[in-house]
Amino acid sequence: MAEKRVLVVGGGLAGLAATMKLAELGIKVDLMSLTPVKRSHSVCAQGGINSVNDATRQLGDDEYKHFDDTVYGGDFLNHQPPVYEMAMWAPKVIDLMDRLGVTFNRTQEGFLDRRRFGGTLYKRTAFAGATTGQQLLYALDEQVRRWEVEGMVKKYEMWDFLGPVLNENGVCVGATAQDLYSMEIRSFPADAVVVASGGCGLIYGRSTMSMTCNGSAASRCVQAGAKYGNGEFIQVHPTAIPGADKLRLMSESARGEGGRVWVPKTPHDTRSPKDIPEGERYYFLEERYPEYGNLVPRDIATREIFDVCVNDGLSVEKDRQCVYLDLTHIEASELNRKLGGILDIYRKFQGVDPCYTPMRIFPAVHYSMGGLWTNYAKKESGGLVAGSPTNQATNIPNLYAIGEVDYHYHGANRLGANSLLSCIFSGLFVAPGLETLLSNMKPGSTAADQPKSLYEDSVKQHQGRHDALLKQSGDENPYLIHQELGNVMTAAATVVRVNSQLEEAIGKLADLKQRAWKCALSDTGNWSNQNVLFTKALQDMFPIAEAILKGALARDECRGAHYKPEFELPGLTSTDPAEHRRQAEEWCDKFEANIDKFLKSSIATYDGNDVNITYEEVDTSIEPPRPRLYGLVGAEEISIVWKERKAKKKAAAQEAAATN
Amino acid sequence: MIAHANKPKTFYVKILRQDGPGKPSYWQRFELDYEPELNVISVLQKIAAKAKTSSGQKTTPVCWDCGCLEEVCGACTMIINGRVRQSCSALVDKLLEDGLEIELRPMTKFPVVRDLFVDRSRMFTALKKIKGWIPADGYYDLGPGPKQSRYDQEVAYPLSECMTCGCCVEACPQYGKIELTQRSGESDEAFEDRKTDAYTSGFVGPAAISQVVLFNLHPTGKMIARDRLDVMAQEGGIQICGNAQNCVAVCPKKIPLTMSIGKIGRQTTFNTLRRWFDRGAKAH
Repeated sequence: MAEKRVLVVGGGLAGLAATMKLAELGIKVDLMSLTPVKRSHSVCAQGGINSVNDATRQLGDDEYKHFDDTVYGGDFLNHQPPVYEMAMWAPKVIDLMDRLGVTFNRTQEGFLDRRRFGGTLYKRTAFAGATTGQQLLYALDEQVRRWEVEGMVKKYEMWDFLGPVLNENGVCVGATAQDLYSMEIRSFPADAVVVASGGCGLIYGRSTMSMTCNGSAASRCVQAGAKYGNGEFIQVHPTAIPGADKLRLMSESARGEGGRVWVPKTPHDTRSPKDIPEGERYYFLEERYPEYGNLVPRDIATREIFDVCVNDGLSVEKDRQCVYLDLTHIEASELNRKLGGILDIYRKFQGVDPCYTPMRIFPAVHYSMGGLWTNYAKKESGGLVAGSPTNQATNIPNLYAIGEVDYHYHGANRLGANSLLSCIFSGLFVAPGLETLLSNMKPGSTAADQPKSLYEDSVKQHQGRHDALLKQSGDENPYLIHQELGNVMTAAATVVRVNSQLEEAIGKLADLKQRAWKCALSDTGNWSNQNVLFTKALQDMFPIAEAILKGALARDECRGAHYKPEFELPGLTSTDPAEHRRQAEEWCDKFEANIDKFLKSSIATYDGNDVNITYEEVDTSIEPPRPRLYGLVGAEEISIVWKERKAKKKAAAQEAAATN
Repeated sequence: MIAHANKPKTFYVKILRQDGPGKPSYWQRFELDYEPELNVISVLQKIAAKAKTSSGQKTTPVCWDCGCLEEVCGACTMIINGRVRQSCSALVDKLLEDGLEIELRPMTKFPVVRDLFVDRSRMFTALKKIKGWIPADGYYDLGPGPKQSRYDQEVAYPLSECMTCGCCVEACPQYGKIELTQRSGESDEAFEDRKTDAYTSGFVGPAAISQVVLFNLHPTGKMIARDRLDVMAQEGGIQICGNAQNCVAVCPKKIPLTMSIGKIGRQTTFNTLRRWFDRGAKAH
């Protein structure tokens, strides 16, 4: 019997974690990536990785609170069993990475040092300077290289995944891919394919993501019939350095280490920030959110920065929107020890030292919470069934998704320092499930049992598309269409979303899509033709872009990273206690009605032409949803009313149970 | 935000191009409109969108490698105005201080794939050769790693920032180019094996030597420290270093490469002597 193999597409944290764990389980892996895996986008993650730890436990923290912060931060749009499992595993994940040699910062005594991140009140985040993602990725890359030497892993770096190969029963039995150098297209028979291709930021033109994060792998799975979940939830990171080619991330750890966000009270104050006295500065996050201050969750910080710049007209610069992120009150040596990596980026790209001059920053598209829909096997006690092949499985049998391209874990908004965790966790967790899948495969269903013609046909089909593109005549330039697409998406579907604008954007998208299929290539050669690869990726951006826009249009509410002012539930206005109370009751009524209507995951499917959106119930069986009340006027009263209602419901349920 | 007193209306970019491995190289010149705050990446993006040379001749977009554009992934290294560096952090305003023409060439120590795109797989082969990993027992939950002092972390951290970008080996006079071509009838696997053999016998270069220091510092990594030092004593090891110190001068991450080389030089000598004595002891 032929040896069973798994193909992993993408060599970031998730793909590498899965590869290394599969190899440990004795399963051979083909690891495919657009780039040498050591250069995957996970290198850019800066701030850290979350877990409960011995110190926070003594302050009252536990795994459940980490789980709760994650689902509350995600505005309850997360299926709770996977998140619960992840939070339970978090300390183990960090221990493992520590054992693998990650150069985590240390305390004086030699323990792992921790910092605080937004959306939590505990110091849970382990970090390696301000290049935590790089250090974690390298540790996994090293382990995978070790397995490569052992002969358990075969790397296919510089290969572009063109799509899964499905047999006549619709089961995934491999994939077809193209060599970026020779342009050779070939098939890779595999008993399971794991997609770990990351986010889709390039759909927005400029983002904090790498140039490889174009969403094409996800789109190619969607075009083959995979479902895409929660596409409309794209996190916009509050603090990035605006640039002509890309937007560079300034990690949340800058706020975690005490960074203060402010603007001058005088619009476009021309004085140097150091010359503006304290009294003439507006520390808007600290004033509006006294409890969390500068560490409000990302969606709140992002929206407030927009609000201050757009609505209050208080941008630091006149022609370009930005606010100050100020670290200058902290000792430079301390900053360099804990944030060196990101401060270097600012110095290098802006030519200014943030130790002495406040940084100018603005929000940027940062993380795709949505992605390929995946399943999970739920355990009665709350978490997941370890070793179940259902975990991380897409709706296409034997096709799996992990990491950022999987729609789980973050809900409507990602908690800072949870992405690295979810990637490594889902990578490690998928492996035992695949082991079960592979060992239970019936004769006739393995990749080796498939007819050769299946793979040959797939190659032929993709070769056809490639050749047609090379020959195509037209007057459109793919790079310019990409710019236009980015502009449409950025204007309509970032922080604030308005239905009329979304409708207009969907129309523009349809035009651009038509034009993208009329591109003429300036390079028609057949060696390292980046032009044709880019054009294919561009064409494949449209189904995902459409899923984002249509999902956003259909969702008439504000949830996490998705904010529609027309459907906001405003705070309480009355100061009269009785009226105040009545308003709170009314607020809770409306909130409940909204939960019934919109606490659902959007599921996008592609019918060959258009994207259609349906909905799926969210599993909130562990922690019932509650209003997310950061900074809302009357939050306390609403919270009291909500708790009373919850208690009443519980009592009624108990009574009903007792009488039965 | 670099002040530029006399902003030009346009500027030129001269690029050394090559259509594929083994093909002849040729220069092409492009004229671009000046905009503030450009970097070399945005210049190459503009050239791709334009696809015309300065004399108006239609051409193909320039091929180059890039990833994060934040100087962390190490992909976009090339030679810019004679200096090896990442193109993302090469700011046009600064480059134009030297004149109105920017010159881009591919790195010279690696086989050119196309234009500015080179194949640096030899550097990853070097990491295999030095066993650049922690020999962990496995990935089950075995509790936390060994405790480490803040001092040790602060020594190790800069070494762990190496992004295998290749600047150090480009600048190294001892690191020669190894370029092989597939023979007719040679299978892909056989060609890969031949490449690996050639790469492993060539000089490992400063980046890999520095990684030996990193892994030998770690309490678990240390357990196979002597294996790594053995590799350093073999063909292509530390003895090839001529101590030119060019590597440390060009490292974008300011990794103390020459310190690593010094350390490994001493340790390799001790290790070789120790092996020799061990052998002597066994013989008796």
